[in-house]
Amino acid sequence: MSDTTNGGTEINGAAGNGTPKIALRGVHKRFGQKVVLDGIDLTVNKGESMVVIGGSGTGKSVMLKCILGLLHPDSGQIQVDGENTTHLHGRDREKLLHKFGMLFQGAALFDSLPVWENVGFGLIQGEHMPRAKAKEIAIAKLGAVGLGPEVAELFPAELSGGMQKRVGLARAIADEPDIIFFDEPTTGLDPIMADVINELIVQCVKDLGATAVTITHDMASARKIADHVSMIHKGRIIWTGHANDIDHSGNPYVDQFVNGRAEGPIKMQVRAL
Amino acid sequence: MDFLATIGRTFLVFLNATGRLAMFAGLGVSHCLRPPYYLRQILRQMIDIGYYSLPVVGLTALFTGMVLALQSHSGFARFQAEGAIATVVVLSITRELGPVLGGLMVAGRIGAAMAAEIGTMRVTEQIDALSTLSTNPFKYLVAPRLIAGLTMLPILVLVADIIGVFGGFLVSVYRLDFNPASYLQRTWEFLEPVDVISGLVKAAVFGFVVALMGCYFGYHSKGGAQGVGQATTNAVVAASIMILVFNYLLTGIFFSDK
Ligand SMILES: Nc1ncnc2c1ncn2[C@@H]1O[C@H](COP(=O)(O)OP(=O)(O)OP(=O)(O)O)[C@@H](O)[C@H]1O
Ligand SMILES: [Mg+2]
Repeated sequence: MSDTTNGGTEINGAAGNGTPKIALRGVHKRFGQKVVLDGIDLTVNKGESMVVIGGSGTGKSVMLKCILGLLHPDSGQIQVDGENTTHLHGRDREKLLHKFGMLFQGAALFDSLPVWENVGFGLIQGEHMPRAKAKEIAIAKLGAVGLGPEVAELFPAELSGGMQKRVGLARAIADEPDIIFFDEPTTGLDPIMADVINELIVQCVKDLGATAVTITHDMASARKIADHVSMIHKGRIIWTGHANDIDHSGNPYVDQFVNGRAEGPIKMQVRAL
Repeated sequence: MDFLATIGRTFLVFLNATGRLAMFAGLGVSHCLRPPYYLRQILRQMIDIGYYSLPVVGLTALFTGMVLALQSHSGFARFQAEGAIATVVVLSITRELGPVLGGLMVAGRIGAAMAAEIGTMRVTEQIDALSTLSTNPFKYLVAPRLIAGLTMLPILVLVADIIGVFGGFLVSVYRLDFNPASYLQRTWEFLEPVDVISGLVKAAVFGFVVALMGCYFGYHSKGGAQGVGQATTNAVVAASIMILVFNYLLTGIFFSDK
């Protein structure tokens, strides 16, 4: 399946603006007997917004965690700015992670800290900014995700799921990282707020010049924020192409996913009642 | 043959677990010794361990001291040695019961809370989130707890010593009709610095062990609420057993020549 089309674009390979921001080469990861990543190849160029789509449980979140070093791939290379990062530990890993911001699928807010300290955490601990100043910035970032200053003093447990997600988003972008990962940023949000968040992600990429990788099941969101789209299936990237091409990818897997059809080459493991 | 294989396998599992724990402890200690320090976190843990454990540890010490006086009175009366009560109370409390009972109480209170908090942070990906915010979880979560456990338990036990002796004094004076002045004088008479110091050293070790177990089992918990519950239980049981074992070893080191 590895020879499936790549949409005929120039993004695989270093054409264009030199070394890719992120490059995965043959990344394998398994848990016990279960193979989750089976040779992932993915290239994300600087300043680009990449959207990764794929069925539930196909390893999208695991892939992001491998890039961040939260999980260690069994084999393969993960390059950031042209340097292999798979062996980085301790201080070097910490320094590398300075470049990254991450919105976790489950928000992963620190429940012992108020909302504003969650958002300002990277500023206070990472950049040693005075707390008062960090709070100001945190409140501004909260504003950008549609949360008022009164939310700043609440604790995460006092927020709704969608609000937690938005706080997680504010935290991910608070210290204006180079590379931002969004793991399902719009799930659990109403359609209007989802669009606000889409706009915000686009803005992060355009205004801050950040490189973004977004995982989503929401095709409207994918169309809005993606420069390129990659589809992951059974632990491999089976298609990569321009966002405009997803409706005529010529790939039956992508077609089925984009149009949300139960019939097609992707078989869901379900039995009739 | 099968039997031997089982023993061998169990032994290997044991060695593996010990090695992992030792590495975890080493890493934790190394982060305690290197800046930066998260002072807020250290302070929070110190208050939690030192201040909020005071009622339970104090009550334990008070009743232990009172019971000691009663017991030794009824026991020693058989050979007319009631005069030794004051000495028995102060030595038992400072050398043994203060640190051991204090340690066990703190294991139940603090070890469990640490395992539950860190375990929840693990299964809800908060520890991963810490890493991505360039904050080392060992430095932010583990080191402050180890430092607080190591420093606060001796202080707690010192207070417990005083309360325990006071409990014995209360019972002796108000129930057994001892003369207060001579009871206090007997309390001081045979007390040596090593009695108190050995107890405080034990307390420091126990505090470290409790925090280490709470962090270790919390850090490695997996699988949601059930996993966190398991981690909490393991932390308390492991800490309690280690307290008893270390208590024996330390007593041997301090008092072997006598
Ligand atoms: N820590 C882990 N231990 C064991 N198995 C894991 C672990 N993390 C993930 N998996 C397995 O890896 C597979 C991929 O998980 P992952 O979270 O990456 O899915 P996903 O593509 O993000 O799905 P979704 O869209 O539902 O979030 C799943 O089948 C899951 O069971
Ligand atoms: Mg996921």
